[in-house]
Amino acid sequence: MLHLSLFLIFGAVAVAGAINLLVQRHPINSALSLIAVMASLSAEYLLLGAEFVAAVQVIVYAGAVMVLFVFVIMLLNAGEEEHTKGSRVAIIFGVPGMLVGSLLVAWTLLRQSGSSELEIGALPGPPATIGWLLFHDFLLPFEVTSVLVLIAIMGAVVLASKPEPISPPRKEA
Amino acid sequence: MVPLSYYLILSGILFSCGVLGFLIKRNIITIFMSIELMLNGVNLSFVAFAAYWHALSGQVFVFFVMVVAAAEAAVGLAIIIAVYRTRETLNVDQVNLLKL
Repeated sequence: MLHLSLFLIFGAVAVAGAINLLVQRHPINSALSLIAVMASLSAEYLLLGAEFVAAVQVIVYAGAVMVLFVFVIMLLNAGEEEHTKGSRVAIIFGVPGMLVGSLLVAWTLLRQSGSSELEIGALPGPPATIGWLLFHDFLLPFEVTSVLVLIAIMGAVVLASKPEPISPPRKEA
Repeated sequence: MVPLSYYLILSGILFSCGVLGFLIKRNIITIFMSIELMLNGVNLSFVAFAAYWHALSGQVFVFFVMVVAAAEAAVGLAIIIAVYRTRETLNVDQVNLLKL
């Protein structure tokens, strides 16, 4: 009972944040509601027992990634978005389509799943176990991600740096 | 006790909210945030399935998804800065040419 009520509370917060992200016009409001979604998702991870994932969710997603987003929004001085013809068409077709799609998914899932219930803290994922897995079973993917992150850092630096002014071709004496 | 399907439905709702935001939003930064929302929805289903099958690999995969999402956010926001520098706009309807 406790598990179900906690799940429903945090799930409601997550869905409300996701809908608020769509409704808000100013990007900074959308960013703040996305932080609310991520925080409540980390609570859902804790309910499932995934401690490490919950901590990383708060530290990396709600912390680092969203700070990056907020910084870029403030750096570019992003204002309210204007509505265009294309966005009105997308709303007319997108909202009913999304509602029908989610209802279909929910109906199928509720029909298919029999008595598969999860207990509170069903699968504990402490950092020690996750770290052991990362450095034994998933060592190669782990190293590949480190290369990926390095490439991403260098790419971000190159892309965001100011382009050098093209110097006029030097005339040969 | 919460059925597995409830977690999957929550993750499906979050994913479809992300898809909807990707379609209806016109600000390039908000579109980017919708992509993050989709990734979060998928992560929730990863963790729920990991708990259901008692396989910790699911949680390790969530870690990898987060790393790739962080790398993608860094590169994507750098591209947004570069686009804004040349176009002076964040509206995707006005960014319709590859070359200036």
